Amino acid sequence: MKQGIAALLAGLLFGAGLAVSGMLIPDKVLNFLDIAGHWDPSLAFVMGGAIAVTLPGFYLVTKRERPVLAEVFSLPSATEIDAKLLIGAALFGLGWGLSGLCPAPALVNIATGLGDVLMFVAAMVAGMLLHKVSRL
Amino acid sequence: METEFTPWLSLTGGVMIGAAAVLLLWLNGKIAGISGIVGSALSDYSPASAWRWCFVVGLILGGGISLYQFVGVEQIELRASTPVLLAAGLLVGFGTRLGSGCTSGHGVCGIGRLSHRSILATLVFMAVAFAVVFVQRHMLGA
Repeated sequence: MKQGIAALLAGLLFGAGLAVSGMLIPDKVLNFLDIAGHWDPSLAFVMGGAIAVTLPGFYLVTKRERPVLAEVFSLPSATEIDAKLLIGAALFGLGWGLSGLCPAPALVNIATGLGDVLMFVAAMVAGMLLHKVSRL
Repeated sequence: METEFTPWLSLTGGVMIGAAAVLLLWLNGKIAGISGIVGSALSDYSPASAWRWCFVVGLILGGGISLYQFVGVEQIELRASTPVLLAAGLLVGFGTRLGSGCTSGHGVCGIGRLSHRSILATLVFMAVAFAVVFVQRHMLGA
């Protein structure tokens, strides 16, 4: 219950941050990716601002023995660079560059009710399920 | 469509995103990677997974309300054709799961942990996305 409320609060803040940052606007994302055109460098500030908080924040938090509401920290254990990582990142970059949407803004933009967004999210979920059944 | 450079708003939003990720790790011990959260929510229906749905509901609520309040929903427009959007959605869903993360999981959280895998993954998806936009806008003239 407490973990659910904590996750809800973190989600609210994350979503509000996405909106304030401009990341929800696909045109803005694509203009960031278009250095040769009318470049909009804003998104570098989104990432910079976020990492400026996570870098010291994660360092301090993981010095604790355990999280406040859970038994253990669930951190990724993989350390090896493998083909899945590189191919997956490349496929994601391809989809991101074609649309201007990555997973979080796509989900938040469901709130627009736009048919194009709903279609994209449906395809994204299908892609996730496809990965699951492919057992890759 | 041209967009305005918004360094302060973007920095503020970025700090909020980072703070949300630190909050989730501090309280629940979890990484705020959206593709991981959604992908796992879709395959794990145990009570231990309930927080994921809570996070997603918060994300859409917090983001949706802020979108209408501060951004303006008319700014959200997808310009790609239907087949391209469907393909892009599939690629984003499949690729983020295969590569174990997206902009948030690798870009914000992974780099925050100084994970080599995440730093490399972020460089790869950014480089590919830059290349795609370059080809589309400057070679194909879309």
